[in-house]
Amino acid sequence: MKAAVIVFPGSNCDSDCWHVLNDVIKTKVEYVWHKENSLPNTDLVVLPGGFSYGDYLRTGAIARFSPVMRAVQEHAKAGKPVLGICNGFQILLETGLLPGAMLRNRSLRFVCKFVHLKTENNKSIFTNRLKKDELLKVPIAHGEGNYFCDEQTLETLESKNRIVFRYASETGELGDRFNPNGSLSHIAGILNEKGNIFGMMPHPERASEDILGSRDGRKIWESILNGLNA
Amino acid sequence: MGNMFTATVNVTLKDSVLDPQGQTTLQATNSLGILMVKDVRVGKYFVLKIDTADKAVAEAKVKELCDKLLTNPVIEKYEIISLRGTST
Repeated sequence: MKAAVIVFPGSNCDSDCWHVLNDVIKTKVEYVWHKENSLPNTDLVVLPGGFSYGDYLRTGAIARFSPVMRAVQEHAKAGKPVLGICNGFQILLETGLLPGAMLRNRSLRFVCKFVHLKTENNKSIFTNRLKKDELLKVPIAHGEGNYFCDEQTLETLESKNRIVFRYASETGELGDRFNPNGSLSHIAGILNEKGNIFGMMPHPERASEDILGSRDGRKIWESILNGLNA
Repeated sequence: MGNMFTATVNVTLKDSVLDPQGQTTLQATNSLGILMVKDVRVGKYFVLKIDTADKAVAEAKVKELCDKLLTNPVIEKYEIISLRGTST
């Protein structure tokens, strides 16, 4: 597998993603600056977390217009995998590659802590190494992760099994008090219709080694590797 | 000497979308003892200068910009508050 990590001005999880892909998962990975007009030969595109363009206007709203996004959209339309983490998820929403939008966290606070994710869909290329309902301990770090979409979109996401992760308690219970940001239907991550574009607010790259307090996130990277080699 | 238009635009969350900033501001308003304020919606205000002599063109461009950049139509709506010609 070859991976490309897109770097926008204000990205700050690009090195973490690069490190996990290179040193933990042992794949070929390179950075791609947002001014590039094309992507290198790559299987996976990662849009990392951070605060692209200082979150001006709306999170991800300006990054969408970066030159490289045209190539990312072509990569996505060709059915190749795109993973957006945190700000990367926000960029995918603004670009229209995933449906919905992000609102300010219900608490208005920037929330930075470990949460538990319940695996709702373990059939995707991003989650094939997980069991249905498997719980992952992965951190979040965002001020705008309160996912919103209209009722019809939510119905489609539910019925097509496109909600991949929901926020849950450490025993897998769903409820408002385990929802860190007010996200609709406790949504932490969703897929596009084809299943090749995945956005999630939690940071698997910050939970892929024991020294970081959890290695649950590694299963997501391993799933992608597995899915691409399958 | 050219003709310019100045447009002012308000962008707010749609009525159907909960506004956490507005709700928190409302709580603070009530904490101040001002209880007659019953709702607060927080938004953004844009002032745009448009280089054209044609008001219809200016309006069309402002609308295009609102649809494509200034709002996310999933959660936000806009209102053009004013569009006035100014000589430079």
